[in-house]
Amino acid sequence: MVEINLNRRQFLKLSGATAATLAVVELGFNEKEAYAKSKELKIARATVTPTICCFCGVGCGILVHTKDNTVVYTEGDPDSPVNEGTLCSKGTTIRQVYTSEKRLTKPLYRAPGSDKWEEKDWEWMYKTIAQRTKETRDKTFVEKENGFTVNKTEAIASLGGAALDNEETYLLAKMMRGLGVVYLEHQARI
Amino acid sequence: MTNHWSDLQNTDCALIMGGNPAENHPISFRWLTKAQEKGGKIVSVDPRFTRTSSKADVYAQLRSGTDIAFMGGMIKYAIDNELYHKDYVVNYTNAPFILKEDYKFNDGLFSGYDEATRKYDRTTWAFETNEDGTPKQDKTLKHPRSVFQLMKQHYNRYDVDTVISVTGTPKNDYLKVCETFCATGQVGKSGTIMYAMGTTQHTVGSQNVRAFGMIQLLLGNIGLPGGGINAMRGESNVQGSTDFALLHHLLPGYVGTPTAKPQHATLADYNANETPAAGYWSNKPKFLVSMLKAWYGDNATKANDFAYDYLPKGNKNYSHINLFKAMYEGKIEGTFLFGTNPVVGGPNAGKEKEALSNLKWLVAVDLWETESAAFWQKEAGGNPAEINTEVFLLPAASSYEKDGSVSNSSRWMQYRWKAIEPKGDSLADLEIIHVLVQKLKELYKNENTAAARPFNALSWNFGEGHHPDIDLVCKEINGYDLKTGKLLPTFGALMDDGTTSSGNWIYTGFYPEEGKNRAKNRDNVDTGGGNYLNWAFAWPANRRILYNRASADLNGKPWSKEKAVIWWDAAQAKWVGNDVPDFVPIKAPSDPGGNNPFIMLKDGVGGLFAPLNEGPFPEHYEPFESPASNVFSSQELNPAVEIHEGDFNLKGDASKYPIVATTYRVTEHWQSGSMTRNQEWLSELVGHMFIELSEELAKEKGIKNKDKVIVSTARGEITAYAMVTKRFKPFIIKGEKVHHIGMPWHFGYKGYATGDTANHLTPHIGDANTTIPEYKAFLCNVRRAD
Repeated sequence: MVEINLNRRQFLKLSGATAATLAVVELGFNEKEAYAKSKELKIARATVTPTICCFCGVGCGILVHTKDNTVVYTEGDPDSPVNEGTLCSKGTTIRQVYTSEKRLTKPLYRAPGSDKWEEKDWEWMYKTIAQRTKETRDKTFVEKENGFTVNKTEAIASLGGAALDNEETYLLAKMMRGLGVVYLEHQARI
Repeated sequence: MTNHWSDLQNTDCALIMGGNPAENHPISFRWLTKAQEKGGKIVSVDPRFTRTSSKADVYAQLRSGTDIAFMGGMIKYAIDNELYHKDYVVNYTNAPFILKEDYKFNDGLFSGYDEATRKYDRTTWAFETNEDGTPKQDKTLKHPRSVFQLMKQHYNRYDVDTVISVTGTPKNDYLKVCETFCATGQVGKSGTIMYAMGTTQHTVGSQNVRAFGMIQLLLGNIGLPGGGINAMRGESNVQGSTDFALLHHLLPGYVGTPTAKPQHATLADYNANETPAAGYWSNKPKFLVSMLKAWYGDNATKANDFAYDYLPKGNKNYSHINLFKAMYEGKIEGTFLFGTNPVVGGPNAGKEKEALSNLKWLVAVDLWETESAAFWQKEAGGNPAEINTEVFLLPAASSYEKDGSVSNSSRWMQYRWKAIEPKGDSLADLEIIHVLVQKLKELYKNENTAAARPFNALSWNFGEGHHPDIDLVCKEINGYDLKTGKLLPTFGALMDDGTTSSGNWIYTGFYPEEGKNRAKNRDNVDTGGGNYLNWAFAWPANRRILYNRASADLNGKPWSKEKAVIWWDAAQAKWVGNDVPDFVPIKAPSDPGGNNPFIMLKDGVGGLFAPLNEGPFPEHYEPFESPASNVFSSQELNPAVEIHEGDFNLKGDASKYPIVATTYRVTEHWQSGSMTRNQEWLSELVGHMFIELSEELAKEKGIKNKDKVIVSTARGEITAYAMVTKRFKPFIIKGEKVHHIGMPWHFGYKGYATGDTANHLTPHIGDANTTIPEYKAFLCNVRRAD
């Protein structure tokens, strides 16, 4: 797994508990009470995972704190030589990419002429999309044109991918070219 | 970027033109601030006084679409005042090369133009050659047909007074910019040019960048720390998605797609016609064959041209604008959208929305219900009952809900670890693509039709079941020695005989051995010069500053100790320094080619003269819609752009639309806004669509701050709030006052923050080389809404 600067990470993760210990020693507070207070810190005992910001091309490092199956906090990664812990307003609010209520959580289908979405399961979506792709492709596939072997379809287009990971863009390009797609474009063009 | 973000701290002057990093790449600016603290200067050139301008030492305004006039004048300034780096220019550029006698330039046109096709025959744009095929040279630069003299003659027309009559820049500001930036031509100094879409989104976008390249070669700024040409990328992986070729004209690693023409009929034809005789691209057949082995596996054999026939071969320009034109005309049945929202972000977006309704089916993979996925809804302005497109909207996982790497502007491939399970039933795109291919493979497996054969031959071995093994994907990208089954340590090991594979040759070496994915490197110790060689992996070969051989002189010694990157160590007989040499590590300066730093190019030197579709030198032409006629020639518009006639691309003229408009972004929102207008805090920070206009224009139109206004162009109208500001000033163009406005393009009707879409106003015309749309300069009018 990832190697991060453990001293710094431990400090961040344990800072609540450390503060509590100091309080006990210096001020003689009740240890249990101090520990209970430290638990209130959202990032106490959270898992910290480094990521790279999903917005512009600077590539700032961000630490994602997760606990109880949600994102409790995000902050600039102090170890990153790109941003050294700093972030802009978009990087700072990246937690809401997860927590926003506007996130799509189910596959949705809109039938021809319909005015609404319907929830469908993944299997149905995959199967239907594969069928539509095959129907269009088989009907429009051109093997030879003007004496050249062309193996293409001009009836299917694929757009987008600048927010995908490298590994995803690789598979997408391989899939689309493999299908014979020539209308293959993404945000770099526009 | 030739250089990288943290290298900006090494600059003596950053010319920021066509970009606004303080707003749009905010964290990059800390490196500029560090440079400024060390005495470096920041120069901002922009139609509007931006956040970047507010931090700059020098600011100059220019009318949108006049960058070549501005830079042409700077090239003249550098030559006339002898501010260029002479030894660099003589030895590391093609300035001394002699052009053939029939090369001509007259009234805005280069020799070889065909008006009917709007294309050039480039045969006259060639060098005289010696018997061995190398270009003839005059190292004194005095030969009248040397590149240097012809360049000088070309830009002699770009005198300061003519330039500023076109750009509208106050004369003193213009001279201050030239003086400040050209000071980096001194040995011991370096200057960087930073740009973004303000440079590229024009009908002359490619030539705008070329002009930057020319001044940087003249000043000897390429290959140096704090130098280079640095494109600031607007999306977290638009660098990577370009490297991996989600573009009609490319295959991974910048290998051009084969097309349906005699020169590409077979693999041998393609190799013969697309492989230069010299320079690193002479290895292109190795890159292509290794990619075919990665894609088609055992089905790619020497006997079948390594399945070259299976690569689709197009016969036209399939770029974004042409794609939507074909869709608009009903020629496309099905479309996939992967995290993209053309109904907001596409040019002439109203037409792009109409085009979607001609589809039989649309698949949108996204985190949100975008305007594009929901184009059929009543709120989008249409009647759902009349739209027969079947729409599949698949919920995608966000960036930290999955594993994978992204490549930033610096070409640094950085790994992101999965922090949490995908939200709800959403899934990683990797899995969605993988399963779709599996389903299609299942449907085709018993068929042997023309359509089935190429797809059945595609190798797809990323594990069984729904979850692809990302490690297998990474290794396939890196590539293998197929004889031993071992991962390849470097692209230098690639072969063209089918014994190696590599999904993308420029990334070969990022995974050189089992268990060692260098994108995961997180050692942040500065290895010297701010290059951080052990943090992440930079393609190619973990090199941080491209063309770094040019930072050293003809003896392999750094031009100056302040700007040292690599140098020749005679004792060890190799290049050493702070970076991976962009050169054969053991080739001495005294060896043949030892002083040719631009190793990718055939001649090994930088191209002051370099053919693009509209010519070998950048020449000023007016935008598609312009308030003034061209003073440099009778060619108004770039003579090589493709013009779409009819209602797909309506054109306005200055009599009805006298105001120049441009578009841009704000920090708080991102691109088409889907990622940010669906978040609460960012929506609250910038909640409304607005335009910025000058106090002078506001007064003329009776518009007050916060009034609702209507902006109209030949394509449509939008409503927005007025932000009356001193940041825009009227321009004086050829003695006449011309107003200029600007607006962000993030808005649409979905999300928390909603507003009209700026791209309903922009035209469907693109650059002559890349077809990038001219979002940055068009004509409009403005009036109060009530």
